[in-house]
Amino acid sequence: MYQYNDDDQTLVNERVAQFRRQTEQFLNGEITDDQFRALRLRNGLYIQTHAPMLRIAVPYGLLSSRQLRKIAYIARTYDKNYCHFTTRQNIQFNWPKLEQAPDILAELAEVQMHAIQTSGNCIRNTTSDHLAGICADEIEDPRPYCEIIRQWSTLHPEFDYLPRKFKIAVSGAVHDRAATQFHDIGIHLVKNDAGEIGFKILVGGGLGRTPVIGQVIKPYLEKRHLLSYLDAILRIYNLYGRRDNKYKARIKILVKESGLENFARQVEQEWQLIKNTHELSDVRIEAIKAQFIPPAYQTDAAQDGSFAAVQQDNPAFATWVKYNTVAHKVAGYRGVFLSLKAPDTPPGDMTDTQLDAVAELADRYSFGEVRSTHRQNLLFADVKQADLFPLWQQLDAIKLATPNIGTVTDMICCPGLDFCSLANASSIGIAKEINEALDDIDYLHDIGDVKINMSGCMNGCAHQSVGHIGILGVDKKGVEWYQLTLGGSSENEAAIGERLGPAVAKHEVTQAVTTILDVYVKQRLDDESFLDMVKRVGIDPFKEQVYAGH
Amino acid sequence: MQVIKDKQIVNDSWNSIADEVSVSDGDITVSFARWQQHKQDLLNHNGKLGIRIGPDDSVADLANDLDKLQLIELDFPDFADGRLFSQAWLLRSRYGYQGEIRATGKYMPDQVFHLSRVGVNSFNPENQERLAMELNNLNDFTVSYQQSVN
Repeated sequence: MYQYNDDDQTLVNERVAQFRRQTEQFLNGEITDDQFRALRLRNGLYIQTHAPMLRIAVPYGLLSSRQLRKIAYIARTYDKNYCHFTTRQNIQFNWPKLEQAPDILAELAEVQMHAIQTSGNCIRNTTSDHLAGICADEIEDPRPYCEIIRQWSTLHPEFDYLPRKFKIAVSGAVHDRAATQFHDIGIHLVKNDAGEIGFKILVGGGLGRTPVIGQVIKPYLEKRHLLSYLDAILRIYNLYGRRDNKYKARIKILVKESGLENFARQVEQEWQLIKNTHELSDVRIEAIKAQFIPPAYQTDAAQDGSFAAVQQDNPAFATWVKYNTVAHKVAGYRGVFLSLKAPDTPPGDMTDTQLDAVAELADRYSFGEVRSTHRQNLLFADVKQADLFPLWQQLDAIKLATPNIGTVTDMICCPGLDFCSLANASSIGIAKEINEALDDIDYLHDIGDVKINMSGCMNGCAHQSVGHIGILGVDKKGVEWYQLTLGGSSENEAAIGERLGPAVAKHEVTQAVTTILDVYVKQRLDDESFLDMVKRVGIDPFKEQVYAGH
Repeated sequence: MQVIKDKQIVNDSWNSIADEVSVSDGDITVSFARWQQHKQDLLNHNGKLGIRIGPDDSVADLANDLDKLQLIELDFPDFADGRLFSQAWLLRSRYGYQGEIRATGKYMPDQVFHLSRVGVNSFNPENQERLAMELNNLNDFTVSYQQSVN
């Protein structure tokens, strides 16, 4: 993975010093609440319901074991012994003290980490495919380009005070696992007719209050023009994006109000004026690529014969292999998901002990690296099949082997009313209730691929509008209600979920979910997935049953 | 009054003339609207001329007259309005403006480093006590990733 050079380290150190000064000035009353708010947000620090929340950047979801140990140390020293993984592959601490935030950032800088631009109206952490570099359907590894974008966007002087937050995702595979169609800018590595690899650029996608599917603004962009083209889009957005209403300030509204064609023309005009002034050189691309070379795979890994036999002897292991591991482009290796969705744990949470243990396992079994996924799990990308059995046993011992990846209980869930000051409704409690209602793992496996996404407010941090089943908490006169949607998807066939009907009361949510699943089980055709069935029959059969008693 | 110019605290000779006040001799700044209406008169006045622009103004409209202007003031109504950062970049990089670009109004002392990178070379803090702080903040970073004006 990418290792900082002296300049990278200097920049992060100087940022820590800057924020330390800003925090001192704020505590001394030398800068206003409003000013400090803008400054602390750009360093990941929110003021939450109970305490500040610190969001740390995990660029495109890549972490080393050394970094994990530091996160464990911070959780132990500055927080209540745990942290939370977010849908943007980042890490959040829910209980830091404001005056200690600069110290935490200094600790992070020691392991080449930071919290720069993890919040605020600026360019946020670039996300990517968690299977980058290991999946068979990859056109090219997207991570070098993510790193190039990370550097370009970090402290970009012109684009630090945008109309609203700005998110970029990059996918290098045929199958979109990075929800690129729901980002302000989505980037796909593609091959043109001449067989050259470049980028397809999408613009104006987004979730939140007004979910919109991104549109193609540039079907093919040569690699050397990546940064000038991004500059052009950002400049047009910075100059013309709406600033009169924060709910209409995202680039998706500008694209919609201008019309894609007009917007694209403006960007094109701007880009033509700058495209030759700063090109991304091959030398630079190659230098960054050199930091993402594949690890030293063993060539005989596939010759291990124990794997099939051990699975036969251990059905529980076989089940885990089926659900929690994924094919690898190198024979004899698999990717391994660490489920952060154990039934009794808030989705995405990990303790310091687990973090330390995972660091140890990463060193032993997966070249010292781990990845965070946008569905709030972790991944060991490169595990030899002969190591899967001992790894499973050790993951099971630390409650990270629940075989539920891609099933109903692999829910995406925001912290909700329990922690977040923006939330209108709780989500963690409902996730727990759904887990308790669906405690039969065989039933879960029979249902198969159903993605539940649940957010505690309209901001939609848990991407409820693209959940196969979306659950959105709303507040009606001080009472928590939940709006259900069906049929959303953030993958290639992107779709925004359709509203099932009136919101249901808090105590009815779990019942509604189990009813929806029952309808599916009864009415599905042979191998039909939940999403396919919703497409085929629409929402009515579900609606009838969910509201039958109303 | 003092300002920061080219990383030094210096005495300032510019007078900001409000729209309802008549133009006097000496170095003056006027609003963008006044400039558009009374361009010729303003050019004939005795002294240097500067224009104050806000985020809603388009610097493209100044492009043909930039050689006649010794100062362009970016007047921040709100530190969160980042349009003036792009305006500064446009003035320097697209239109080749060589004169003084000055931040004034409600920008934050913590924004001066970014402002200097997009081409702002002078700072007029709302409060004179902030001069030393802003001068210091201009050195917040010794490295940067992206191409800009500086």
